[in-house]
Amino acid sequence: MSLLSVRDLSVKFAMRDQTVTALRNISFDVARGERLGIVGESGAGKSITGFALMNLLSRPGYIAGGKILFEDRDITGLEDEAMRDIRGNHMAMIFQDPMVTLNPVLTIGQQMLETLYAHRKLSKAEATQIAILKLREVYIPSPEERLDQYPHELSGGMRQRIIIAMALLLDPKLIIADEPTTALDVTIQADIMELLLELCHSNKVGLILITHDLGVVSQMTERTLVMYAGRIIEAGPTREIINDPQHPYTQGLINALPQQTPPGHRLKQIPGNMPSLTAIPPGCPFAPRCSFAVDHCRTTLPELVSYGSVEVACHEVNRLHNAPAKEKSA
Amino acid sequence: MKDMPDTAPLLELRNLEKQFDLDRGFLETIKFKGGKIYREKRAVHAVNNVSLSANRGEALCVVGESGCGKSTVARLVAGLLTPTSGEIHYAGERIDNRSRHDMMPLRKKMQMIFQNPYASLNPRMTIQQALEEPVRFHNPSMNGSEVMDRVVEVMKSVGVDPSWSRRYPHEFSGGQRQRIAIARALTVDPEFVIADEPISALDVSIQAQVLNLMLEAKEDRGLTYLFITHDLSVVQHFGTRVVVLYLGTVCEVAETDTLFSNPKHPYTKALLSAVPQLSDAKPDHIRLKGEIPTPINMPKGCPFHSRCSYSNARCLEEQPQPLHQPDGSVVACHAVEENRLDG
Repeated sequence: MSLLSVRDLSVKFAMRDQTVTALRNISFDVARGERLGIVGESGAGKSITGFALMNLLSRPGYIAGGKILFEDRDITGLEDEAMRDIRGNHMAMIFQDPMVTLNPVLTIGQQMLETLYAHRKLSKAEATQIAILKLREVYIPSPEERLDQYPHELSGGMRQRIIIAMALLLDPKLIIADEPTTALDVTIQADIMELLLELCHSNKVGLILITHDLGVVSQMTERTLVMYAGRIIEAGPTREIINDPQHPYTQGLINALPQQTPPGHRLKQIPGNMPSLTAIPPGCPFAPRCSFAVDHCRTTLPELVSYGSVEVACHEVNRLHNAPAKEKSA
Repeated sequence: MKDMPDTAPLLELRNLEKQFDLDRGFLETIKFKGGKIYREKRAVHAVNNVSLSANRGEALCVVGESGCGKSTVARLVAGLLTPTSGEIHYAGERIDNRSRHDMMPLRKKMQMIFQNPYASLNPRMTIQQALEEPVRFHNPSMNGSEVMDRVVEVMKSVGVDPSWSRRYPHEFSGGQRQRIAIARALTVDPEFVIADEPISALDVSIQAQVLNLMLEAKEDRGLTYLFITHDLSVVQHFGTRVVVLYLGTVCEVAETDTLFSNPKHPYTKALLSAVPQLSDAKPDHIRLKGEIPTPINMPKGCPFHSRCSYSNARCLEEQPQPLHQPDGSVVACHAVEENRLDG
C-alpha cells in the first residue's frame, strides 16, 4: 500500500473570461519513507501540486477532477474540519520563505505550542517538552532559549530549521517541502538538505520535494517527476532521469546547466519560453521549443507511457533514443 | 592583488571600506546598559579593506553568501554608494571622489545590470522609450533616426524582435525582460559592465539564454565584466578570475581553473563542497559550524575563525593578510600560510 496515491488530478482556475487548466491529469504514488522530487520551471505546476495535496487551493483555483488517496482514504473533497486532522497529523508542508511562514509577532514557543494544542490535549509542560525535543532533533542550539525568541532574532537557516521542527511536531508520515532551500545560502542549503535526509531515514517519513534545482533533486530523492506546463512529462528513478533523460525537455534542462558545458563555451540553451497556461498549444506543449518535433507532435497530446524503467510523454522517444549521440546533444 | 603584472588594470579597488551607520541621530546613539548611560555608534561593516583589480577583457566574478558585501562592492564601483575609505581607480584615474558631473562621461563606459528585471525597467515606458533614453542622454548630437538605428541594432543583438518595441515591460517574460535590461546597458556601447546577480531570478533554461547573451557580448564587444553571483557553477563557466568574499573581506582570489581545481582557503573549500552536484557520487560536504556572524560586531582576528575547524589562537587575534601563493592565487589564511591544512 502506498502512502499517498494521486490519480488523474486536475486543477483549474476559473478566471473572468476563461478557465485555465493549471494541472492536467497528474498521477503518482509515494511509498512510506520514499523521497520523491518534483522538478520544473516556474509555472510548470509544481507548487500547485503541493497546494492541491494539502487542500490549500484557494479561489479561483479548484480541483476539477481526480483523486488524492492518503493511506487509501480519499481526501480530495474533505471538509475543513476533517482536513485539519490530516494536515499536521499526517501530512505537513514546508514553504520556501521561512519569514513568511512564521508569525513575526509571536515567539517561536507560542507558535509551536499553538500547533500542538490545536491537535492534541496536552498540558503546557508536556507541550513544551515536545517542542524542545523537536528543536533538538533539527540541531537548534540551546532550544529552551529559542522558545522565547521572535523569528526576526534568528538567521534564515535557523528559521528554516524551526519550520522543519514545526512540521515534525505531530510526527507526520509525509512532508511536502516546496523549495525548502531556495532562499538559503549554499552552505546552509547543504546543512538543511542533510538534515531532511537524516529525518526521512530515522523517522521513516515520506518526502515530496518540490524544486527547480536538479542538483538538489539528484542528491535528495529516489524518484523524480519532471513537470512542464501543468503535466508530468517524465517520471522514474532519479538516477535514471539525471543520467539518461528521455524527454527532450528533461535533456534540455540538464544540458542547459553550466556544468554540462566546458567553461567559456556557449551553453546549450532551450529556445523560447514555457507557454503561458492561458495559451497552451494543441498537441505536445513542448513542441514549439523542441528540435525533434514532427507534425503529429503539434496536433496530438502524447500520453505518459513506460519506456524502460521510466515513463515518458513523448511521441518521438524511440527515434530520440536511437538517434546518434551528436544529434541528441544538439 | 596589489602588484598585477603587465598592462594597467581597467578597474582597481584599493583598501576599499564601506560602513553603514545604524545609529544616525544623537538620540539613537544613547544606550542604557547595566544602569549606565553611554554613547555608542554602531555600524554595519559591509566591505572591509577590499583590494582587487580587473583587467581588460576579464570577467571578474565576486562570490559569497548573502550579507558578505558582494552587492555593496558592485554599487561602490558603479558610484551608487560612496566608500567610507579607500580608492577606486578606473582606467588609471581615481573615480570615487568625483562629483556627479565629473562621473557623467564614465557612466557611458560603465553600465550596470541588476538582479530583478521586474524592478529595473520602468513599467510606464515602452521598451523603445526605455532603450532610447540612455542613447539620447549620452549622445545629445544624435538625430532621431540614428538613435532608432542604434536601438534596433541592439534589440536584434539580444534577440528581442524590434517589432515589439512599442510594448510595455509587463508584456514580456522574465527572461525577455532581463535581455531588454542587458540591451539597455549595451545601447551606450560600454566597455565595462557590472552585473549584480543577473540570472538568479530566472529559470534554468532561461539562465542559459541570458548567460550565452552575456558571453556573446563579451566576445563581440570586448566587454569587461564585474560579475556578482552566489552561484558557483555559473562562476566556473563564466568567470576568468574569482574573488571569494566573506563578511566583506577577501578570502581568496584566483584564476577560475585554479580555484575550482585547488581551492585553498577553508571557506572556499566549504563553499565548493556545498554545491549540489548532478553526479551520483555522494559529496563530502564540509559542514561549517555555527552561523555567519553579523557584520555589526566584526569578530577580531580572522573573520572566518568562528566557523573554521582549523582556527587556533593566532586566528582569534590577528587578521590574516592576503598572501601570494605559488600558483598565482592570493589567500588570506593563517592556516594556509603555516601549512596547517592537509592536502
